[in-house]
Amino acid sequence: MNLPRKKFPFWQQHWLGLLLLATALLAVPFVAALGGQAWVRIANFAILYVFLALGLNIVVGYAGLLDLGYVAFYAVGAYAYALLASPHFGIHLPFWVILPFGAALACLFGVLLGAPTLKLRGDYLAIVTLGFGEIIRIFMNNLNAPINVTNGAQGITLIDPIRIGDFSFSQTSTILGVTLSGPQKYYFLLVALAILVIVVNMRLQDSRIGRAWQAIREDEVAAKACGINTRNIKLLAFAMGASFGGIAGGVFAAMQGFVSPESFSLMESITILAMVVLGGMGHIPGVILGAVLLTALPEALRYGIEPIQQAAFGRMIIDPESLRMLVFGLALVLVMRFRPAGLWPSSLRRRELAEATD
Amino acid sequence: MSQQPVLLEAHEVAKHFGGVKALHDVSLTIRRGEIYGLIGPNGAGKTTFFNCLTGLYKHESGHFVFDGVKLEADAPHKAAEVGIARTFQNIRLFGNMTAIENVMVGRHLRTHAGVFGAVTRNSATRAEEAAIARRADELLHYVGIQERAHDYARHLSYGDQRRLEIARALATEPKLLALDEPAAGMNGTETEALRLLVEGICRDGVTILLIEHDVKLVMGLCGRVAVLDYGEKICEDVPSVVQRDPRVIEAYLGGSVA
Repeated sequence: MNLPRKKFPFWQQHWLGLLLLATALLAVPFVAALGGQAWVRIANFAILYVFLALGLNIVVGYAGLLDLGYVAFYAVGAYAYALLASPHFGIHLPFWVILPFGAALACLFGVLLGAPTLKLRGDYLAIVTLGFGEIIRIFMNNLNAPINVTNGAQGITLIDPIRIGDFSFSQTSTILGVTLSGPQKYYFLLVALAILVIVVNMRLQDSRIGRAWQAIREDEVAAKACGINTRNIKLLAFAMGASFGGIAGGVFAAMQGFVSPESFSLMESITILAMVVLGGMGHIPGVILGAVLLTALPEALRYGIEPIQQAAFGRMIIDPESLRMLVFGLALVLVMRFRPAGLWPSSLRRRELAEATD
Repeated sequence: MSQQPVLLEAHEVAKHFGGVKALHDVSLTIRRGEIYGLIGPNGAGKTTFFNCLTGLYKHESGHFVFDGVKLEADAPHKAAEVGIARTFQNIRLFGNMTAIENVMVGRHLRTHAGVFGAVTRNSATRAEEAAIARRADELLHYVGIQERAHDYARHLSYGDQRRLEIARALATEPKLLALDEPAAGMNGTETEALRLLVEGICRDGVTILLIEHDVKLVMGLCGRVAVLDYGEKICEDVPSVVQRDPRVIEAYLGGSVA
């Protein structure tokens, strides 16, 4: 990140790679559809998690604030969408009103969480954010009495899909001779959103704000002495990360048509954090890799393990669901043992860790 | 010198940690354009005084008036904003950022681009970013480490790290530069180079407050010197007088032997 050098814009340096990537991204929903729409949905979730992980990357990777309750903002965005576009209250606002509103609401919650916790760091911050995530989930679970706001554990159903005029994202339609299923349309929407969050991440990294975050991560006292208002700059990181969580939540609610507190468990927060850490904290390609791998592997396992067991033992011995956690845990241990800086770390982070162990 | 207007006034500043009185009603006055030395044996409260001045510690009583404005206690970034920059006794750089990035962080205070500017990269933000980089480069030249601009701060030599810390402090456009033992651990040549640098900074209009153990450096550099001992100011005068003050000799060498 040597700033003052003259350089071509990113896209001019890497145009061939970007072209290949664009082609691959275009092809994915059609290739996946060959195996059934379920695979397109898995691809969608992979990209949704890319979005979430990059949102969390701002908080954890850039500002260095360990946040274990990120899923709370995802939940806020999802419930904002669910309540404002479903028969539950009979409100049906269009998505372009709700998504920004959900982002703003999540941002507000981000500030609410950030404000009292700014003096904490490391383990202590992690515990408080973890608690916050649980509080939101439990609220969603219990806000069905005396006034039924969230419909409790049953969740909210029949949520409107994203719709532009008569063009609904939930139905199959034909555009310019290409037939697209609902999930395929969501795929392209999600890719667009993911590109947005990637650009935001990249540009923030190389900016006055990005440097301030990095300075706080490196040495908070020195950052203060340099005149950085660390309180505001940290709050900004929380607020930005939370907003992205809110948007992801909204899209999730629209895509699924159903939300319940179950989707926003602590496990979800940990998974998103694991994507960031496993991939390579603070390094955009690494985080993307982490998110895609941790979404795809469990699915591959789910579909792959049954035939393997049938072939080997003639019957199912281990339930795929419990095996999933075993493999997940093992993968975490192995990566942290052999690639402590993540699967695809930035060159800087790799050096940091290498020198720390010298 | 005495005709110069007052830049910093400390009024009976007191700070204690539990039962330990680290600062006991310390008052002093620093005038614009001078190099003011603060010396004293280890544990005398010099760094505590710095930390109170720059808002890292909250002092119990007393106050600072800087350039006519009363300073808020416990607000480091505000101290930097009114024009007090500092370095640290144990160098505190952003080790995993390059030298020039360290200085660019120092420009944070005097620049404005927010998230919107960063994400849209509009012309104002790009111009500001270029100005930040240019100024940072100038400052690296000024302290003489421009050829290390793109090295990580942690990889610089000890003397260069000291210089980089000064460049970063200067990037905040201070009126008062507070240096906490800048010559600690330096050899003779390095100390001499540092002396020239500090003199140059002072000539360029920045008032200097210097904590130092190297008595030779302090005596050669400072216009006036205050001596702290057990949190109390025991003496304040020009170096030649301070050097002969019996209280100072006692503080440094222990109780009278004879």
